[in-house]
Amino acid sequence: MSLIMLFISALLVHNILLSRFLGCCPFLGVSNQLETAKGMGVAVVFVITFASIMTWLSYTFILVPLHLEYLYTLAFILIIAALVQFVEIVLKKVMPGLYKSLGIFLPLITTNCAVLGVAVINMNEKYGLIESIVNAIGSSCGFLLAIVIMAGIRERIEANTEMPAALRGLPIALITAGLMSIAFMGFNGLIK
Amino acid sequence: MDGILFPTIVMGGLGVTFGVLLAIASKKFHVDVDERQTKIRALLPGANCGGCGFPGCDGYAEACVAGTAKLNCCAAGGAEVAAKIAEIMGVAAEISEPKRAYVRCHGTFDKAVKDCVYHGVHDCREAVVVPGKGPSSCAYGCLGLGTCEKVCVFGAIKIKDGVAVVDRTKCTGCGTCAANCPRGVITLIPEKSEVQVACSNPMKGPFVKKVCSTGCIGCTLCVKACPKGAIKMNGNLAEIDASACVNCGLCASKCPAKAIVNSKATAKPADVSESKEA
Repeated sequence: MSLIMLFISALLVHNILLSRFLGCCPFLGVSNQLETAKGMGVAVVFVITFASIMTWLSYTFILVPLHLEYLYTLAFILIIAALVQFVEIVLKKVMPGLYKSLGIFLPLITTNCAVLGVAVINMNEKYGLIESIVNAIGSSCGFLLAIVIMAGIRERIEANTEMPAALRGLPIALITAGLMSIAFMGFNGLIK
Repeated sequence: MDGILFPTIVMGGLGVTFGVLLAIASKKFHVDVDERQTKIRALLPGANCGGCGFPGCDGYAEACVAGTAKLNCCAAGGAEVAAKIAEIMGVAAEISEPKRAYVRCHGTFDKAVKDCVYHGVHDCREAVVVPGKGPSSCAYGCLGLGTCEKVCVFGAIKIKDGVAVVDRTKCTGCGTCAANCPRGVITLIPEKSEVQVACSNPMKGPFVKKVCSTGCIGCTLCVKACPKGAIKMNGNLAEIDASACVNCGLCASKCPAKAIVNSKATAKPADVSESKEA
């Protein structure tokens, strides 16, 4: 599979949120406002890309040579958590602007299953380093796309006061998410 | 034994390595936070209303310390907070005049003509982009769909009979409602100002009369009645200069359309009871 196909597959066909259902927590929690959704999405792109590189390196050069592949979950969580903390500390010093725009989302993503999910997918599919990076960027851009669309829809829905009280807030958000997921299924025919 | 010892050592080693790396990084990339910033942030109300023009109270505290913000920008905290911030920063406080939000429209259901029943999204910002522009015939008045009520973090504004009404005891003058009113009906006026023109319609008299029984018809009677010359005509709409106005209320009593409101007079019952208690 060429890298472009891999990217489109990760972005649309196997969208991490709407097809693989990973990282649904921020998808519902931080999609109230377009601005915060954008912040979250960009932070996720950043973290997933870095985490994929690090987990690939550590899996290939530490776990495999030592025959400790079965410890990958533990190792990946450890690596991701340490990496995010490290990146946060460095960003605060080196790029205060970016640090501020990512804000609270950076530490929140530490324990996001989407990050671990992409790392595990990279491993299971036996992707090389370049393929892992492309898959990570595709998946995380898919996350950004889905959460921004969701926030846009929710902003308009919240303004509607004629909605039945029982549907307001999370219920309608879940229905919206379900419909979006069905809509994204339409991309299935894109790649054979 | 070997089967469990080896993985434990490897994972433990990884953990320790990361721990040491993080410790070194946090020392090496340490950023000093000005302690004045923490103190100022603690003083601020924390409503994150954005009235100061900075992203939330944190943003304002940072801007204060950086010297890019005036120290009296926090409308919600008022003079008290401004004085304390000035104390922390070691400069004399500049006290800004306290302000409050004022709704320049009082065309309630019984006064403003309705030309349609609006069934759209219940938000002024949405309604103004719809052809017909909301329920009222007046294209300048309050839509009464409550965007200001929604954005006010202090709960100081409510829709009553189709028009926004500001609760003066709760209003801090942050200006969030004014910024979000798509028709610009809400303005900030000095807190002490009592007599104001409660109409935003700049049309000529006959047109105003057609859509609202309490709109400013531009008759200029108030301009002539004002002993201080504080009222000017801005086109067909009377405007009271709050700095020259002495709140005598003469204009309000002269206004044939009752478009000028003397809030001192309307709040009379409360004032009387207060003075009795005193």
